[in-house]
Amino acid sequence: MEFSSRETWTVIHGLVLGTLFLLAFAGGLAGLWSMRPGLMTTEGIKERMGRLYIGAWVMAAAAWAAVITGTWIVYPWYRVKLAPVGEDAYAGCVDAILPNAACSPRDFLKSNVSGETEMWHIFGMEWKEHVSWAAPILATAAAFLIAYYGPRLIARPWLRAAVIVMFVAAFAAALVGGAFGAFLNKIAPIV
Amino acid sequence: MITDFDPGRHDDEGVAPELAPLDLADKPDGPAAAVMIASGLGVFTLGLMTTLAVINGSVKSFLEWFQFDQGVGALAGKSTVAVLVFFVAWLVLYLIWREKDVVLKTSFYIGLGLGILGVIGTFPPFFEWFE
Repeated sequence: MEFSSRETWTVIHGLVLGTLFLLAFAGGLAGLWSMRPGLMTTEGIKERMGRLYIGAWVMAAAAWAAVITGTWIVYPWYRVKLAPVGEDAYAGCVDAILPNAACSPRDFLKSNVSGETEMWHIFGMEWKEHVSWAAPILATAAAFLIAYYGPRLIARPWLRAAVIVMFVAAFAAALVGGAFGAFLNKIAPIV
Repeated sequence: MITDFDPGRHDDEGVAPELAPLDLADKPDGPAAAVMIASGLGVFTLGLMTTLAVINGSVKSFLEWFQFDQGVGALAGKSTVAVLVFFVAWLVLYLIWREKDVVLKTSFYIGLGLGILGVIGTFPPFFEWFE
C-alpha cells in the first residue's frame, strides 16, 4: 500500500488542502453568520473571535497552498505533451484506456480515444485552472476584513454581509476547482 | 467618497451593547476599502490575462515567460500577474487610505463588479469566443 510521488502530490493538493479549506470555510461561515447583535455575551465574543481569526486565515493559507501546488507541481504533469509522433498529435494515446507514459491526461482527454472526453479539458480544466486563483485572493481579503474589524462586525450588518459574500465567493471559486479536479482525476488520473 | 478619519462616525456600542466592555478602538474604513477594491482588481486581472492570452499571441508569450521552464505554460503568467496586481494595489491603496474613511458600499460594489468581470474572463465559453 503506497503512493507514487505524483499521487502523493495530487492527494496533498486536492484531498489534504481541499479538506482543510472546506473545514475552515464551514467553521468561518458559521462564525460569521452568528455575529449578530444580542446573540453573544462579551465573554462569548472573546472566545469565538479567536477561532474565527484562525479559521479565516487557515482558509486563506490552504487556498494559497492548493493553487500553488496545483499550478506549479501537479498541472505540468497534466498538460505535458507526450503523445505526438510525427504529424499525429495523439499517436501515443491509441488504444489507451487511461493516461500512461506515452499519453498525458490532457493528451488522453483531447484525443477522445475513450469516448467524448475533449470537453473535460476544454471546459472543465480550462475553467478550473483559471478561476481557482480567485479563491486565495478573495479568502485573503475576507480574512483581512475579519481581522481588521473583529467584533465590530457584529454592529455592522451590511459590512458583515459583504464579508460573507467575499467568503462564499472564495468558496465558490474553490468549488469549481475542486469539483472539476475530482472529476478529471477520475476520468484521466495523473499517473 | 473619501474623508478624513472620524472616530465618532460609528455607533457600534449603541447597536451592540455587548461590545462596550471590550473597549474597542474605532478604525478608519480606508484599509477595508483598499482590500475590497484590490481583490476585485486581482480577479479582474486574472480574467483579463486569460482572455488576452487567447486574443494576442504576444501576450501569451509574455505570460509563458513566467513559467521558468516548469511546464506550466501561460497559466504561470496569468496567475502571477493577477496576484501581483492584487498585492500591489492593496499596498498602494492601503498606504493612501490608511488614515481615511472611504465609503465601503461603493468600494465593495466596485470590487464586486471587477470580480464578476474577472470570472467572466476566465469562463471558457467566453474566452474561446475570441479564438
